[in-house]
Amino acid sequence: MGNAETLVQWEPNDIKEKLLRKYPPKVARKRARQIMINEALENTTPEIVANVRTIPGIITMRGCTYAGCKGVIMGPTSDIVNLVHGPVGCSFYAWLTRRNQTDAGIKGEDNFMPYAFTTDMQDSDIIFGGEQKLEAAIQEVYELFHPKGIAVFATCPVGLIGDDIHAVARKMKEKFGDCNVFAFSCEGYKGVSQSAGHHIANNQVFTHLVGTSETERSDRYKINLLGEYNIGGDGFEIDRILQKCGITNIATFSGNSSYEQFATANQADLSCVMCHRSINYVADMLETKYGIPWIKVNFIGAKSTAKSLRKIAQYFGEQELIDRVETVIAEEMAAVETAQLEVVPRTTGKTAMLFVGGSRAHHYQDLFAELEMKTISAGYEFAHRDDYEGRQVIPNLKVDADSRNIEEIQVEADPELYRPRKSAAELAALEEAGLKFKEYEGLNPQMEEGTLVIDDLNQYEAEKLVELMKPDLFCAGIKEKYSIQKTGVPMKQLHSYDSGGPYAGFKGAVNFYAEIDRLVNSKVWSYMKAPWQENPELSATYVWE
Amino acid sequence: MLLRHTPKEVAERKALTINPAKTCQPIGAMYASLGIRGCLPHSHGSQGCCAYHRSALTRHYKEPVSAATSSFTEGASVFGGQANLVQAIDNIFTVYEPEVIAVHTTCLSETIGDDLPQIFDKARKDNKVPPGKTLLGAPTPSYVGSHVTGFSNMVKAMAALAEPGEQKNGKVNIIPGWVEPSDMAELKRLAELIGVAVTMFPDTSGVLNAPLSGEYRMFPDGGTPIEEIRQSGAALGTLALGEYCSADAARLLDTKCKVPCSVLDMPFGLQATDRFIDALRVLAGSSVPDEVAVERGRLLDLISDMHQYFYGRKVALVGDPDQLIAMTEFLVSIDMCPIHIVTGTPGKKFEKRIRELTEGMGREVNVKAKGDMFLLHQWIKNEPVDLFMGNSYCKYIARDEDIPLVRWGFPILDRQGHQHFPTVGYMGGLRILEKILNALLDRKDRDDEETTFELVL
Repeated sequence: MGNAETLVQWEPNDIKEKLLRKYPPKVARKRARQIMINEALENTTPEIVANVRTIPGIITMRGCTYAGCKGVIMGPTSDIVNLVHGPVGCSFYAWLTRRNQTDAGIKGEDNFMPYAFTTDMQDSDIIFGGEQKLEAAIQEVYELFHPKGIAVFATCPVGLIGDDIHAVARKMKEKFGDCNVFAFSCEGYKGVSQSAGHHIANNQVFTHLVGTSETERSDRYKINLLGEYNIGGDGFEIDRILQKCGITNIATFSGNSSYEQFATANQADLSCVMCHRSINYVADMLETKYGIPWIKVNFIGAKSTAKSLRKIAQYFGEQELIDRVETVIAEEMAAVETAQLEVVPRTTGKTAMLFVGGSRAHHYQDLFAELEMKTISAGYEFAHRDDYEGRQVIPNLKVDADSRNIEEIQVEADPELYRPRKSAAELAALEEAGLKFKEYEGLNPQMEEGTLVIDDLNQYEAEKLVELMKPDLFCAGIKEKYSIQKTGVPMKQLHSYDSGGPYAGFKGAVNFYAEIDRLVNSKVWSYMKAPWQENPELSATYVWE
Repeated sequence: MLLRHTPKEVAERKALTINPAKTCQPIGAMYASLGIRGCLPHSHGSQGCCAYHRSALTRHYKEPVSAATSSFTEGASVFGGQANLVQAIDNIFTVYEPEVIAVHTTCLSETIGDDLPQIFDKARKDNKVPPGKTLLGAPTPSYVGSHVTGFSNMVKAMAALAEPGEQKNGKVNIIPGWVEPSDMAELKRLAELIGVAVTMFPDTSGVLNAPLSGEYRMFPDGGTPIEEIRQSGAALGTLALGEYCSADAARLLDTKCKVPCSVLDMPFGLQATDRFIDALRVLAGSSVPDEVAVERGRLLDLISDMHQYFYGRKVALVGDPDQLIAMTEFLVSIDMCPIHIVTGTPGKKFEKRIRELTEGMGREVNVKAKGDMFLLHQWIKNEPVDLFMGNSYCKYIARDEDIPLVRWGFPILDRQGHQHFPTVGYMGGLRILEKILNALLDRKDRDDEETTFELVL
């Protein structure tokens, strides 16, 4: 499967037509604009429709706003109690199901990660309002645990019945005096996907946490790492590399994070953005309020890791750091290259499809390129047009009804804490030298001509794509995993990593090479037919023999 | 310590649930719907509900779980979800071509008061339901009961499809409750051994333990055909396994179609299986073959052979009411001592029943319905146990307190086998005991001093 022979058998327009053929006309029209055949155009990419409503009844990969807010952004912080205000399910499903690993020390430090907290709303709360119960639950959390912070999350019915969770949070914060209580209006029906939840989380983290600490950070090369969630220990590996380079990561938003990290994030001198989709709002706000410039980085892929480290070193501009980074890269790349040489003969020419998240469908193409594999189709689950086409399209994005109701907070330069990290001339010089600030070029430019870029891929299209294009590997999430594998095509989860990882950084790349080698070269997929199914003809024997 | 903030002292909580021992109704409805042949479950609410339920069921079964959603937006939440659901029904029948769509509601659609029968009428009037196809709906508000209630409500909605038969069809309805696909297959095997023709619904065997063959089928061969469910109104009688999961459906069949019902415990362990087999035999007028007695004897043999390791061992249990009732009886029957028993599902009857079952044990028993795993952990800290049985979340407590754990219940996210090997019936009882013994004896082997470490146990 998926060798050069099968590659020439399909034609993108034909595939697109086949994906759309079975849909009712209205659905087909809408989906046609979310399925794009990548064409290399002069300095621009074709337009794709993204961040639009999911079609009811079409089995989507997407989740909800609550999942994006509580599950993704706020979930990984170990010392904040996440209290979910709603019926029990929302809290239950987000309980330890994302693999953001946490190092909260052997004992003593606060670690609420293995806990789920909920008000478990009952019908009486729906009828008479849930504010009293929420207040009582916050009180009980405080009495039992005395955490630094309590974050309250709204689920669907909370918004419908009009509970004012922010008022309750304010009241309790004042009452306690030593515990920050804040709330997120992240009802599941808001927006069109988890993306709205990221935005809501970004706003509240910035409003209630960032810059609240008095602790001075005097470290030399201070950065924030934004949009890294420590799935399978990715963040641990990135931190290991940064530390080796002498770079201090003040705050990761939000893998393996703590209250204090967020609170001191305003003291960093550079923000490095991994997942552009989920966190670019915070990056922008940190710049506006505190004067911290941001660059896009990518620690997925050994070469991308090296490139990102060089960008950070270039920003700080000190020879000592630049040399240190080069030494670290040279040291680390030895093992990477050995692993790569070993695996590439078995992976070269194989094909992959990636449908995941808001950045991974892009980032992981770097790792596949290192394996000399070809990404023949990719797309995001909840991204916006800028994640496909690049940030230059942002001014032209239409704000529709579903985006309009997601709050945009106005941030201004902090009169005391705003401090430009570089002069305008310095920034211009860096730009001149190739270090781009506030820039993300998106997924499309990296994809080859004639490949298919598909937004919000659904189960039917996934099944069709696999049937028509026969990739050697399909990457998505848990819901997609087993329907793909039933067809005999190996599937790699790029949300949870199938209990594997880390895949970030240098050691992560080595892990990933081995994992992909395992998947695309496994014998497992060769046993589909029993001998009698492969050779059904019978050879007769005579009974008297 | 993973659960380092759990104090030993139990303080009463009025508003806060920590580490729930239940989840919400819709996932139960989704699981039940998968037990209908050619059925696509549909979640009428925000798309996150559907995503969470599919993910949880997929992680538990390592199988594809297809389900659709109405994908409510803020507008739909204000103006009602009718347009979304009608469009969804059209898209589903056009694209996926199921025989049945089983719709369950969510806290969202319940709070705004969407009326499923009225929306179904609208869909039919708009010709969105092809001839011969079935729409089925169950209200499953997440703020009432638990996942068990949702399962029960969807099974009741299935029973509501049944039509009274003028002539009895000679079959027995078995409503198995929320058990694994392997368990449902085992119940059918037992019925076949006894020579009783049964209609079992729901039936997830063949659906959530499907083979790998190189072909993906959204609707595998398993599941109860909708026609059989319709004809269940002409059965000789119904055996409902588990008060909480199955009784409502059975009673509806009784009132609506005059099919007499018996509500039994789920057949986990010796005595509950005895009662199930006996009830089945009496209802169908069949005699029980020796094979069944031999299976029973095997279970009894293992109990007597290894009784010394069971005797007096203290156990903590967490799970769903029907399963806990049957397991408590089983453990007490082999002289084990279940002393801490928690379900998150509300129900006064549950606590009463557990008290009755453990009465003769001569030990103080902690039991709570609408409890949580935080409380259970506190009880364990105050009175340690030798064995812990429950879902995968228990492993955090088990690790901190160093207690052997047998995974049993829902969800099991970190071990395999539940979808393939039954725990109901006599053979299932053997499997439960094998797991208990392995856990206890592995611990003994780990803990014994070199001087007392033994080859033969």
